Parts: sequence; structure tokens; C-alpha cells
Amino acid sequence: MASLRDLKARINSTKNTRKITNAMQMVSAAKLNRAQLQAQAYQSYTNKLREVVSNIATANKGSIRHPMLQSRPVKKTAYIAFTAERGLAGAYNSNVLKRVNKMVSERHNSSDEYTIIALGRMGLNSFRNREMPIASEKIGLPDQPTFDDVKDIAKLAVGMFERQEIDELHLVYNHFNSAISQEVRDMKLLPLGEVEAAGEAATYEYEPDAEEVLETLLPLYAEGLIFGTLLDAKAAEHAARMTAMQSSTDNASELIDKYTLQYNRARQAAITQEISEIVGGAAALQ
Amino acid sequence: MNTISASIVTPNGTVYEGNVHMISVRATGGDMGILPNHIPIVAPLKISAVKLKSEGIDEYVAVSGGFVEVRRGSVVTILTEAAERKEDIDVERAQLAKEKAQQRLAELNEKTAEYQEAQKELQRAENRLHVASL
Repeated sequence: MASLRDLKARINSTKNTRKITNAMQMVSAAKLNRAQLQAQAYQSYTNKLREVVSNIATANKGSIRHPMLQSRPVKKTAYIAFTAERGLAGAYNSNVLKRVNKMVSERHNSSDEYTIIALGRMGLNSFRNREMPIASEKIGLPDQPTFDDVKDIAKLAVGMFERQEIDELHLVYNHFNSAISQEVRDMKLLPLGEVEAAGEAATYEYEPDAEEVLETLLPLYAEGLIFGTLLDAKAAEHAARMTAMQSSTDNASELIDKYTLQYNRARQAAITQEISEIVGGAAALQ
Repeated sequence: MNTISASIVTPNGTVYEGNVHMISVRATGGDMGILPNHIPIVAPLKISAVKLKSEGIDEYVAVSGGFVEVRRGSVVTILTEAAERKEDIDVERAQLAKEKAQQRLAELNEKTAEYQEAQKELQRAENRLHVASL
């Protein structure tokens, strides 16, 4: 059995850990709040964009040809993996990485057929270790990213598709369901395919014409979606970290209770032993 | 008097929202003035200034591309990657961005994609400075 002093030290160190995890949980809760507000602000932008894009698509059914809307034979696929800067968020990162690895191993025979765009240090390190082809990377994204932070990576991905360097673009990320539930999702972003109609289709004039409008609209739409996915992933990250830290705080409390019980028992045993030694000593004297 | 309900929306949130009497924008096909009851139209914008005219006050917003959407019932939405109201523009930062872009332009090859990107960056910075000085 551990000595009294060992137990005391263990209790103190667990208490310190609990303080840290508790603080991290509260920090993540605050960040989650802000992430949700930001996602709301973004929502009005993406809804508008989708409305206009689907309007144009439905109003000109069949007559519109745009490379971003058409699927072509897939020779090379790109994956954007949204991971966090660090761990301590439960299965947040490993879920995304597992999904990417699964998709890659199921769909591709050689590393020439795909490439990865890594967002977040955790993803980047893992892909490097596995020696997977990385087209681009972005680390050090802030907790409250702005559009400027991802603009270059979004432009790059959309540009690669336009230049036909890749024929499909997938996003792999954690979707934020609620503060306690996140799920891994993969989404085929490009080619855009069917854009579902939102609300009634209004008839517009296009200046100068529908095709030129689409020319500026579709890249904007795709880049916007990448940013929206990042916001979603960030909200999920904060939620995952909050839950992970919550459960480690709970575990620490449980450990402290257990050690305190052991400590009290050990102390009681020591006292009992001392008394019986004194009693034994006194009896021997008589 | 008739008014237009105007909003300028970016991925980072709504930059402008309000009722105005006239909006003038620079579309890729030329300048456009939008008055109440304009027909529904969609047009891409240049990196330019948007002028929102309401009684006695002219407001200016710098937009970096995007497009304008006019809907039935005098609803105008401008969607763009980045927009700044005249009073929010940080002149010093814009000046810095301009110098940085000019520096990059001097170093890069004219045919690369980066060169075009830098050129756009320069346009954006100049546009911000222009709007700030209006």
C-alpha cells in the first residue's frame, strides 16, 4: 500500500490537473459561443449565394455549361482535411484522419491519384508521417477564423479544379450537431452538381449574360462553402474539446475521491497501529 | 418617397443594412444606378466603390468584387468577399498593403498566377484608399 505521503502527493497533483482541465473546458465553452455567433453571421451570406446560384441554375435548366457544374472522368481527387492545431479534443482529429485514410485506401491504388490539402497541424503531421502527397497546408488558423485566413487555400483548391489538375474535391470535417455531439462528414464540393433550389425561383436579368454571372458566382460560392465548412469544423472542435475536458475533470474528481478514501484509511490504520503498539507496550510493562 | 432596402453581406457578416434612395455600383459591364422598382437583375461587380444615396447623405462602401442582386420589391443585396465602409477603412493598413503589393509586382514574373493575384491585391488596396478619400 502506498504511503501517506505518496497518497497526499498524488491527490495534490490530480487536483492541479483538474484545475487545468476545468479552465480549458470553460475557455472552450466561451470559444464555442463565439464560433456559433460567427457561423450565424456567415449563414446569411451562404444562403443568399445559394439562392442566386440555384435560381440561375433552375431558370436556365440544361442550357448552362460551366466546368464547375459538370463531372468529368476522375483522374485525380483532392481532399481537404479539417483538423485542429492540437489534441486534447477527444477523438476530434483521429476521426477525420481515419475517414481520410479510409476514403483514400478504398478509392485509390496509388498516391498519384489523390492529393491532400491539410488544414491544421494535427492533420499535417499525420499525413507527413504516412508520406501521403500534400498539395498545400495551412497551420496556425485562429480560433475565430475570418474569410481572409482561408481565402488563399480556398482559391487554390478551386483554381486546381478549374485548371483540371484535380477532377474532384472532397471536404472531410467534423460537423457540429450540438455541444455534445459531433459527427465526421465528407462532402463532395466540386463538381457542384445539383444545387438544391431554395424558395421560389425569381426571374432575373443577367448583366452581361448568365454565363458570365456564373463565371464569378460559382468560384465565390465554392470558396464560401469551404469557409463555411471551416466555421462548422471550428465550432465542432470547441465543442469536442469542451466535452473532452469536461470528462477529464469528472475523471479527476473521481480519482481524487478514491485517493482521499485511501488516504483516510491509511491514516486510520496508522493511528490504530500506534494505539495497539502503545497498549502492547504498556501491557508488557505490567 | 420610395426607398430601396439595401444590404451588403460578406462571409464575415453584414457590413451595411438600411433604406436608401439610390445605389450606384460599378458592374463589370459598366456603371449601374439602381433606383426603387428596378427590374430584378444580377451583375458581377468590379473592385470598386459602392455609393449609397439617401436623403442628404452619401455613404461609400469599398467592395472587392462579388456581385449585386436586385429583387422584386426594391430589395438590393450585394454579396462580396470583403467590404468596408468608408469610415471603417484603416488608411495606414491599406497604404501598407498597397506598398506590399507593389513590391511583389516588381519581383514576380508577369505571366504567373501570383502576379495576377498581387495585381488584384494592389487594386483592392488602391480602391480602399480611394474610398477613404471620398
